Amino acid sequence: MADRPTLLRVEHLRKVYESDIGDVEAIGDVSFTMEAGELVCIVGPSGCGKTTLLKCIAGLLRPTSGTIEIFGSVVTGPTPAMALVFQEYGRSLYPWLTVEENVALPLRHKKLERAHRDRLVYDSLEAVGLLHAARQHPWQLSGGMQQRVAIARAIAYEPEVLIMDEPFAAVDAQTRAELEDLVRELHLARKISLLFVTHDIDESVYLGERVLVLSKSPTVVLEDVVVDLPADRDQITTRSLPRFAELRTRVYGHIQRAKQGEAVTTPTSS
Amino acid sequence: MTTQATTVGRPSRARGVLHRITASFLFATGLPVILVAAWAAYSTYSANRFFPGPLTVLDAFVDTWVGPAFLEDVVPSLLRLAGGILVSIVVGVVAGTVIGLVHWLRDLTEPVLEFFRAIPPPVLIPIVMLLLGITDTMKLVVIVSGAIWPILLNTIEGVRSTDSVMIETARAFGITRAERLWFLVLPAASPRIMTGVRQALSVALILMVISEMFASSSGLGYRIAYFQRNYLIAQMWSGVLLLGLIGVFLATVFGIVERRVLRWYHGIKEVDRG
Repeated sequence: MADRPTLLRVEHLRKVYESDIGDVEAIGDVSFTMEAGELVCIVGPSGCGKTTLLKCIAGLLRPTSGTIEIFGSVVTGPTPAMALVFQEYGRSLYPWLTVEENVALPLRHKKLERAHRDRLVYDSLEAVGLLHAARQHPWQLSGGMQQRVAIARAIAYEPEVLIMDEPFAAVDAQTRAELEDLVRELHLARKISLLFVTHDIDESVYLGERVLVLSKSPTVVLEDVVVDLPADRDQITTRSLPRFAELRTRVYGHIQRAKQGEAVTTPTSS
Repeated sequence: MTTQATTVGRPSRARGVLHRITASFLFATGLPVILVAAWAAYSTYSANRFFPGPLTVLDAFVDTWVGPAFLEDVVPSLLRLAGGILVSIVVGVVAGTVIGLVHWLRDLTEPVLEFFRAIPPPVLIPIVMLLLGITDTMKLVVIVSGAIWPILLNTIEGVRSTDSVMIETARAFGITRAERLWFLVLPAASPRIMTGVRQALSVALILMVISEMFASSSGLGYRIAYFQRNYLIAQMWSGVLLLGLIGVFLATVFGIVERRVLRWYHGIKEVDRG
């Protein structure tokens, strides 16, 4: 692990929303690093500012203080080094474009050669198993398939890190299991670095190589859990491993404590 | 039994389609036929000379509009109408997009726009006539002064209400300003824009006629007013008939364009319903 270069470094990130009623401190003090090729999951109780954290990392929101670096360069705005998959696939894909046009749209400004662009679109649609639907419109597809399109769009963009914000929260359980396996497969086969935000503890342990547990707002990192499960995972065997249950229990315990307001005390001690 | 069912399946489906086409044709033409019949019956029994029968009006229609009058009166009217609609769409969409995107511009212009929208355009005709004279430009200005508002206001609203997640997606993927306008803002606003255009079409037709009635030496409105003043009742009604037909034609063309432009929009609605 030590030979892998640091991909993402988040240092003392703090975000305060200013409003007329009063300031709201969404993120207290978040620091962590992520190496290239890692799959890091972020879990936290609902309303703990996970989405705010992601938007700051992706350069969509300006942090109040602290820095985000990707391969050593400071992130000040959206960068081609990151691609996002949003939770609301229905509102993140453009319904007036076909599936392949949606995937190709972010590539336009990259000034790639036509053939290269077409190949990226083809490859990424193939990787998510949607080649047959290339000429359809997103609304003609099921929710799970629409989220696959969003994933294809993100990997065609060839980012250094793929950031996913609770991507499977709105799909049914079976589709969710399939999509989880797709994420593992993309990570292993294509060596894609992934930052995956979820509120689902099982999902974070099943997917992640590391799980960062966040406190409730104002957010800090409570615990950095290393998931020492084998890289080859599948829904049945992995989830029935004793080690899976242990890790799951550990993360669950942290979340419970976070909910009970431990966050109020931790920022002063950290 | 099953093979029989499949062999008779095809012709019966074809018959079903034929049946449906006949039915929809009957539905579409049924009411007009009834109305014309009632009109014919009324004109036969009534001595009122202001309501000649359908055949008289049809005769007048052919005599009045088929021939050189078509070039002299109908074509200029249609050109003014088309010009007015085109200018309204271009100016309305461009200005609406700019106003919709720029926050302070919207706050600045919205009350004023509501004021201008509330002014009935016909009252402006004498003033525009003084400024521009009795010209085609004056008629164009009158048509635009009424037809632009539904397009402008709908475009502003459509551009303004672009989905926030779609905008964020565009930002996250570094999509450029021009691309965002073309691939996000305008398509997202297109259902609203089309609603505005639909309203603008009928307003434009009304204003075309009115602007020609006030001061003109050619055009449908001029011709109809002329017939009225000279008690050429059948000819006048034939002009009204022609206006109705133009309205139907506009609506048909609009329907075809709308179905193409908003195919995705209607598709989503169908998916939601089913």
